Amino acid sequence: MDPIHQFQIKNLFTVGTFGGHEIAFTNSAAYMVVAVALTALLMLGGTAARRLVPGRMQSMAELSYEFVAEMLRSTAGEHGMKFFPLVFSIFMFVFISNIVGIIPYTFTVSSHIIVTVALALLVFLTVIIYGISKNGLKFFKLFVPSGIPMVILPLVVAIEIISFFSRPVSHSVRLFANMLAGHITLKVFASFVTMLGALGVAGIAGAALPLALTVALTALELLVAALQAYVFAILTCIYLNDAIHPGH
Amino acid sequence: MANDTQNDRDGSDGKSGNPLSNDAALSARLGRLDQRLSTLKAGHKAETDDAERQDNNATARASALARGFRLSSELVAGVVVGAAIGWGIDYAFSTSPWGLIVFFLLGFAAGVINLMRAAGVVSDVHERLKDPDRDQ
Repeated sequence: MDPIHQFQIKNLFTVGTFGGHEIAFTNSAAYMVVAVALTALLMLGGTAARRLVPGRMQSMAELSYEFVAEMLRSTAGEHGMKFFPLVFSIFMFVFISNIVGIIPYTFTVSSHIIVTVALALLVFLTVIIYGISKNGLKFFKLFVPSGIPMVILPLVVAIEIISFFSRPVSHSVRLFANMLAGHITLKVFASFVTMLGALGVAGIAGAALPLALTVALTALELLVAALQAYVFAILTCIYLNDAIHPGH
Repeated sequence: MANDTQNDRDGSDGKSGNPLSNDAALSARLGRLDQRLSTLKAGHKAETDDAERQDNNATARASALARGFRLSSELVAGVVVGAAIGWGIDYAFSTSPWGLIVFFLLGFAAGVINLMRAAGVVSDVHERLKDPDRDQ
């Protein structure tokens, strides 16, 4: 009945120890492997036939490629396409793991903030490292808007820097909070069904209401799962655009 | 679509160097093709307009939800990061509580800027930084 129980990390087996720490293969890691395997299956299986007129699998693979490529081109321009592997991997990983997480009894990888923070920091550090290596000191123009009077420039720069550092926070918290809240809500409403069902005939009749709500919420969660993967990917594109054209 | 064919034809024409009369005939044929394509397109558009409108409505609703999710976290992130930086400065230089106060307020400003930028109320960083003399 505990709605948080579904997020518990369990050790499946121990890989080894590293510096006194146990490196364990957890259920979270298992579902990450599932997400990667499903993505690989979709892409490799879909493109294996190489038909001119695509079949179902190939159509899905091509659609996902076109979707991400179009998103990247429209936000970061043609130069952004060199980051296509990164954006596509992130999008497919988040999307597939979110979708898998909706299936009852599965584990939702992105409901743990450490996972989303790792993904957001990956993007954040990519932006900083690529931006500095490509643009040099010009990258810091990002923090110094032109045409600002000298008097308030320090204030504006400070605000811009805080705004820049708040990106990975909002980037990661958004995905994590949405998945966590959605799954807890689902669990709470589903537990109403069993609680009411234990009350006898009247309870079973009353349980129809939370059951209907649970079904509706599952549909909403499916939308949120896809939407959050999309939002995560498009923000990645927007941030990468800053690294490619800092003073654009 | 019509433009593409026109460009293709023009390119091949220039290479082979056909006489002028051929050119005129070709352009006349291209004009007819253009006309036919545009009427076909217009008909097709009228047919699919209804379905398209429904589709647009659904995507608009979905993207509005996405925007809402995005905006809600932007403000909080700015405030939290500002407060964290202020607390860190206090911790490092033992200036408590001034760092926290100042950077909390700055973080609030940054959060509001994030929010307005995400909402498209103020122009984006690179739009604002656009310099005519600098390339890219």
